[in-house]
Amino acid sequence: MKLLVDLLSWASLVIGGLLCIVGAVGMLRMPDFYTRVHAASLVDTLGAGFILFGLLLQAGFTLVAVKLLFIAVLLLFASPTGTHALARAAYERGLKPLLAEPENPSSKP
Amino acid sequence: MMFAAAALALLVTLALVVVRAALGPTVFDRVQAANTIGTVALLLLAVLGFLTGRPEFLDLALTYGLLNIIGTVAVLKFFRYGDLGDPGEELEVTESPPKAGS
Repeated sequence: MKLLVDLLSWASLVIGGLLCIVGAVGMLRMPDFYTRVHAASLVDTLGAGFILFGLLLQAGFTLVAVKLLFIAVLLLFASPTGTHALARAAYERGLKPLLAEPENPSSKP
Repeated sequence: MMFAAAALALLVTLALVVVRAALGPTVFDRVQAANTIGTVALLLLAVLGFLTGRPEFLDLALTYGLLNIIGTVAVLKFFRYGDLGDPGEELEVTESPPKAGS
């Protein structure tokens, strides 16, 4: 049983780390601000969620687990709010999203 | 050992996001990168607490998470209004003030 929980937690930690790296590579290589926001939300939700779940399995039923749950709930509420405010501010400032050319609709960015 | 692997992955993420913050063509890219750096620092603090066997570091991670959202919204408001004390659009003064006295 202990081994099973350990394996699950290690798998969660590794998957979370890989998702964080994938999100960062997306932030570096996406062509447009709005697509970069989309890539960054991967780090905020899935990467953080998997890593915190892996730590939660290692913590067991202690006060540490309660603190991890607090951090997870805080991230779950705060980070989409911040991302929404950021994208809305950029849109109202006049930053245009990168769209396909009208005369050549097959060239999707 | 898995904690070390997760910490290493988070450090790689941090390096890539710092490159985006340095490159970023618009100011919103830099704000987004700063927000992600805060999130990754939070996760790194939590993982480091487990790596060194002192999970009390989670208090620091919680404080980082609380400061992160406030910092992002404050920077956005500063770039929107040029001033942190601005009341916003709803409370703007009308052009014709009401006559005093009478």
